[in-house]
Amino acid sequence: MHTPNRQDTILYLNGVSVSFDGFKALNNLSLYIEPGELRAIIGPNGAGKSTMMDVITGKTRPDEGEVFFADHTDLTKYDEAEIANLGIGRKFQKPSCIESLTVYENLELSLSGTRTVFHALLHRLSPKQQERIDELLEIIGLTIERQTTAGLLSHGQKQWLEIGMLLAQDPQVLLIDEPVAGMTPQEVERTSTLLTSLAGKHSVIVVEHDMAFVRSIAQSKVTVLHQGSVLAEGSMDKIQSDPKVIEVYLGE
Amino acid sequence: MTTNDRPVTGPIAHILSLAFDKNDVGGRRFLLILAVVTVAVPLLNMLPETSPFYVSTYTLTLMGKYLCYAILALSVDLIWGYCGIMSLGHGAFFTLGGYAMGMYLMRQIGERGVYGDPILPDFMVFLDWSELPWYWLGFDSFSFAMLMVLVVPGLLAFIFGWLAFRSRVTGVYLSIITQAMTYALMLAFFRNDMGFGGNNGLTDFKDILGFSLQADSTRAILFVITALALALAYLLSRFIVNSKLGRVIVSVRDAESRTRFIGYKVEHYKLFVFVLSAVIAGIAGALYVPQVGIINPGEFSPINSIEIIIWVAIGGRGTLYGAILGAILVNYAKTYFTGALPEVWLFMLGGLFVVTTLYLPKGVIGIANQVKDRYREQASKKQDQQMDSIKTENADTLSVEDPN
Repeated sequence: MHTPNRQDTILYLNGVSVSFDGFKALNNLSLYIEPGELRAIIGPNGAGKSTMMDVITGKTRPDEGEVFFADHTDLTKYDEAEIANLGIGRKFQKPSCIESLTVYENLELSLSGTRTVFHALLHRLSPKQQERIDELLEIIGLTIERQTTAGLLSHGQKQWLEIGMLLAQDPQVLLIDEPVAGMTPQEVERTSTLLTSLAGKHSVIVVEHDMAFVRSIAQSKVTVLHQGSVLAEGSMDKIQSDPKVIEVYLGE
Repeated sequence: MTTNDRPVTGPIAHILSLAFDKNDVGGRRFLLILAVVTVAVPLLNMLPETSPFYVSTYTLTLMGKYLCYAILALSVDLIWGYCGIMSLGHGAFFTLGGYAMGMYLMRQIGERGVYGDPILPDFMVFLDWSELPWYWLGFDSFSFAMLMVLVVPGLLAFIFGWLAFRSRVTGVYLSIITQAMTYALMLAFFRNDMGFGGNNGLTDFKDILGFSLQADSTRAILFVITALALALAYLLSRFIVNSKLGRVIVSVRDAESRTRFIGYKVEHYKLFVFVLSAVIAGIAGALYVPQVGIINPGEFSPINSIEIIIWVAIGGRGTLYGAILGAILVNYAKTYFTGALPEVWLFMLGGLFVVTTLYLPKGVIGIANQVKDRYREQASKKQDQQMDSIKTENADTLSVEDPN
């Protein structure tokens, strides 16, 4: 695997290692994402997928290695909120919208913009922002539920709301952890269409177990993680015929 | 609340529209009752003592004290009910505000003290101090003292909060260190050489801004000021929880890490609410001291801070008016039972807290809403049944014409 130039990447992880009490969650992991790319990441449980996301979003500091965003921003120097504001959005595996607020309010809080305390105290939605929220409600199919408390939504709707919250932040990079877990086949199809349409404008990284779903979205590259490092990388067809991958993951 | 079709108006109108929220039915009722009480009680106090409607100065002052507790409860609801931080040390901010006011009142005594020293308060003369410690300077000025009522609790909350929130201390751990904070202050203030009157605290106040604290009229004015302060604190809190900041702190309460990943600096928001809440608690303390006539280190006692949490829990947290209701109900019960059955009061208080935690997570306000909902449900069911019977009648008549 060749190492690309850092300035050609939107996300550049080089030789990243993280250990928890002696357990190496990430072991010399290198991952390079190009602007506008849609990348699927697969791997068995404990392969380090969540830790990788934690490192990118500032939740976990790497013991070793470099993590750069858009060539020159060293992500290891920022906290979660700062990284979110730099333009890296994250969707969790478990839907984690703010359950006591309405769908509309969830989107309002997620809209990109100033995040300071005093700004929030006097903030009012501009007509443009209201339009943007309406547009997002349309995209995620929750227009009717706009005033519904998020906690009352179905599991699939919560997943969608969270995708909407991610889009509201208008990030350059979207990290999406198991977006289709618990969704109906129709919802899976819609999600796949949405994610595919986002690529190009945004860089999208999707972590997923569901192979059928991965196949439906990953027209370009798939990365297989195993024991904290990259086991294989390439097109879906290439991955599926890789004997190492078959052994640890697909072959079971 | 419909945030999307609000008309575009100036910022002041916007703030007022959030403070006087038209959907805040409970709050409107509370403000109405408060307004009636504020006008009626001082007027009834002016009646001749023989009148059946006469309200004694003792009762008026007692009610003023409850209103101070209500302001304190409001400040705790803001930080606990909305931001999810269970402060078990809010009594400290209240007491510091009280001490700042107490220091002003001490300086006002002047030569009328037992020892007649024009500058030094009695306890300093008693301890053979020759001059006023530096931190007592300026407290002869009312405006400086009032500034300190705001600054001292606010500054302590800022420093404490900055350290705690930055290190991401949350939950039970945070509650325990707030408890330790108030306990440490209690121990410090008990010491004579701290210069705050040791375990006797500050007392024997004579007058405030030249008005005698023993006069009925001064008591009545203090009562009215306290009621106004409560109303203002309520409106300010309502504005805050209705603003976008209010929604951010609710998300901090419900999903702290999510809020970070949306890009909010959670510690800044916590700090803002914590400091504001401490300042409100300090104001409550400052209004409390001239009405009860004493402030001593016992007020720093951790039990006091726990009691505030119980008021808020019993009233119903996260509603603002619930906290006020809880403070008044529990303190009324306390006044009654510590007179009638002094030995059982603490058990009752503990029992109330257990029952509230187990069965009434939303407090008294929660039950009231439940009863209302049930009543409404039954009413709508009845309506439905009536509609159904009308429908079936119609259907019967229709079915004659339509065999399907």
